[in-house]
Amino acid sequence: MSDLKPAEKLIFEYSRPGRGATAQHPPAPTNAASDDLPAAFRRRTPPRLPEVSELDAVRHFTRLSQLNFAIDTHFYPLGSCTMKYNPKACNQYAMLPEFLARHPLAPATHGQGFLECMFELQEMLKEVTGMRAVSLNPMAGAHGEFAGVAMIRAYHAARGDHARNEIIVPEAAHGTNPATATMCGCIVKEIPVDAQGDVDLDALAKAVGPNTAGIMLTNPSTLGVFERKIREVAKLVHGVGGLLYYDGANLNAILGKVRPGDMGFDVIHMNLHKTFSTPHGGGGPGAGAVGVSARLEPFLPVPIVGRDAQGYRWLSERDRPQSIGRLSAFMGNAGVLLRAYIYMRMLGREGMGRVGEYATLNANYLLARLRAAGFDLAYPERRASHEFIVTVKRQAKEFNVTAMDFAKRLLDFGFHAPTTYFPLLVPECLLIEPTETESRETLDAFVEAMIAILGEAERDAAQVKGAPYTMPVRRLDDVRAAKQLDLAWKPVESPA
Amino acid sequence: MPFVPHTDADVREMLATIGVSDIDALFDEIPPELRIAGLDGIPVALSEMQIGRLMSERAQRDGRPLSFLGAGAYEHHIPSAVWAITTRGEFYSAYTPYQAEASQGTLQVIYEYQSMITSLTGLEVSNASLYDGGSAVAEAALMAVRAHRKSKSLRLLVPATVNPNYRRVAVSTAGNQGLQFDTVPYVAGTGCIDREALARHGGADYAALVIQQPNFFGQLEDVDALTDWAHAQGMFVIAVVNPTSLAILKPPAEWGTKGADICVGEGQPLGVPLSSGGPYFGFMTTRMEHVRSMPGRIVGRTVDLDGRPGFTLTLQAREQHIRRGKATSNICTNQGLLMTAATIYMTLLGPQGLARVAEESRARTRALVELATAVPGVRAAFTGPRFHEAVLRFDAPVATVLERMAVGGVLGGVALADDYPELGEALLVCATETKTDEDLRRYVEALRGALR
Repeated sequence: MSDLKPAEKLIFEYSRPGRGATAQHPPAPTNAASDDLPAAFRRRTPPRLPEVSELDAVRHFTRLSQLNFAIDTHFYPLGSCTMKYNPKACNQYAMLPEFLARHPLAPATHGQGFLECMFELQEMLKEVTGMRAVSLNPMAGAHGEFAGVAMIRAYHAARGDHARNEIIVPEAAHGTNPATATMCGCIVKEIPVDAQGDVDLDALAKAVGPNTAGIMLTNPSTLGVFERKIREVAKLVHGVGGLLYYDGANLNAILGKVRPGDMGFDVIHMNLHKTFSTPHGGGGPGAGAVGVSARLEPFLPVPIVGRDAQGYRWLSERDRPQSIGRLSAFMGNAGVLLRAYIYMRMLGREGMGRVGEYATLNANYLLARLRAAGFDLAYPERRASHEFIVTVKRQAKEFNVTAMDFAKRLLDFGFHAPTTYFPLLVPECLLIEPTETESRETLDAFVEAMIAILGEAERDAAQVKGAPYTMPVRRLDDVRAAKQLDLAWKPVESPA
Repeated sequence: MPFVPHTDADVREMLATIGVSDIDALFDEIPPELRIAGLDGIPVALSEMQIGRLMSERAQRDGRPLSFLGAGAYEHHIPSAVWAITTRGEFYSAYTPYQAEASQGTLQVIYEYQSMITSLTGLEVSNASLYDGGSAVAEAALMAVRAHRKSKSLRLLVPATVNPNYRRVAVSTAGNQGLQFDTVPYVAGTGCIDREALARHGGADYAALVIQQPNFFGQLEDVDALTDWAHAQGMFVIAVVNPTSLAILKPPAEWGTKGADICVGEGQPLGVPLSSGGPYFGFMTTRMEHVRSMPGRIVGRTVDLDGRPGFTLTLQAREQHIRRGKATSNICTNQGLLMTAATIYMTLLGPQGLARVAEESRARTRALVELATAVPGVRAAFTGPRFHEAVLRFDAPVATVLERMAVGGVLGGVALADDYPELGEALLVCATETKTDEDLRRYVEALRGALR
């Protein structure tokens, strides 16, 4: 390491033996004197946790927070991530003391209020997706994907159809799709998309057969366009006995306009942390509720909220003997689900329809302005959904300024970078998703920044390639990070 | 329009820039017969004032009963600063730190978290969290099979003293990849793994033995002997631990001669509210030699172009967005915000504070057991050292006991009949540092009333 100071020291460097936030400690032990813990079980040396005052801790972590970009501070046009505003009310009312204090195994008699919210959330998610039944259990999008593919497997197995172990995935799919299929013990078959970004039907027809368990699709696709041949895809896959899986990553684009259930999908997951605006939290918690058609309903993961004459209660393995089982120790990310519930109630039926409309309006406006500014689109003939792809392949060739360089320079202009280098099949791409919660002025300012960077690329490529300059750090040495692994702080050994 | 800032003039001008007449025209690539007219099944919108009132009413309906429930989720005091900082927008509304330069705050918190959790468990490397304790056990099982070079076995030994829901999650998650979980019974008197029954698995090819400490009943297993036995059989040891307990209990890295190979657990006790079961977070640590088999995000410290220290996601070649179908797991999002809360919690508690929480919780549970077993018809199921939970056995049907206690606002324990019918009428009870002498008296009073 050089002498340059980090933006903020490690918490361990504030630590002094004997200091502590003692107001936070429980009172002195009541009967520790009679302690009966045999020495063989005891820890010999205390863990290296920091010994700091409460003020030290508050300042340190507040300063760390200030080193972040976040939706609350910056425009965050991260494609396929739907970084929309997270309303404060959703957090406040999900954190009411009674909700926070409720133990997961508390009886239903002491949870009717909470369970009613969960039941209504299930009902609303059924309505917006056109599915027959919903389970709120999975704790992230990838977890929902896992539940979905596991249900597809369970469905075929229950019919004695054991040969079906192939999952078809378009080449543009999220990396989680093939990874999930593998986790479920399936074989992945990737198929190409055509020049217009739709699934290649000929390739699909060749790929399907008696071993097809199902196909995983995102619609609109990860290319930012609506899969126009979706009914033909459904017919082909259903025709050979396979099922259709809908990756809900892009549900925001079509909310209130078209429903996966109506498109012929048998199972879907919804990223509630995208479409229903629960926070991303610097990498979780998410929530990946799953919805299914009638034939998959018996296989939904438990627990599910049911309602009978006595009120609301959890349905367990006993009520759903064919369930794929439990995916979490309790019932998934309950607090996240409460936030999604509050958001949906505040949007209501009118607001829900506006989500898809204004997300699409913002994306198409940004696309039109960037195209006019001289940027190349990956699919210029297509309408953008809620996101679209710019490719800087030309600039990379002419000026040696890559998508990564654009992304890093945008940080200096006060914008979080779009998603870069995904989908993998579009070279030097920026996947841009503005969401419906951004104003026109913000979109205009982003366009101005992109134009300014394009100008810099033409005049002074080095300026762009050296970015960022205004962040707490400049570009980091990822090779060193992976080669000289430094994954945890250790105290410097004092000389003996 | 809630959360949509557009004025009529904005919409007009934006549509003109795009070159369409109305917003509906933007959906012209969707086949018309798939379009829906509206979402009539969704209720009309509520204002913030209205939803605030509705949520408050529902929360109050659930109330604040006096709870003696544990079984994997524990009520501890959470310092005010923990969530005051965790819910700052800069943490709360940030994404996964892919753009490292604009995410140094989140990345440094993860590095500090990795440092604390490795020190707590004694193992060298930690990931940035998993979904919860149950999924962490499942991921540990998959990892053990992947990392074990000498055994190709897909079988693991998972004793009956491991949280039954963790075992269920492991089966649901890893069963599809062919993993098999064989159970081992416990000794009736001590509630600990039956070593003789375990010995009968000696010589068989298993990838790992899972040991929960304290176990599901709150009893302390002889982890040293169990670890040495498993290693002698060529099995990995997967430790499942309560992080609070590690302030006073021997860390998994020191179990037996060589220590556990993988350590996982439920992070909820570290500053995360009970919140009906989530969001919580799972933690996972292991030896450096297995780091490339570990699932989930990992943060490393490095330097920038100028040589300034900084943090970045590293070893990403294990992950789904690079490796796709060959990734170690499909996990991408983890439980970042909860890990943030836990890091602040561990900082505020420090080594002494966390040890005091652990000691005091033990003491409170011991006091609870003494008081409860003085009531006729109630006795402790097991002897031997425990942490902060205990199994009580009853002559009367516990379902009725619990119901009656709940009417008086006391949640008397978790019934074990479904998972452990051999225990008869039995409850798992827990009292943490949050329970006062008065609370314990209320418990016993409610219990006497319910048994009357």
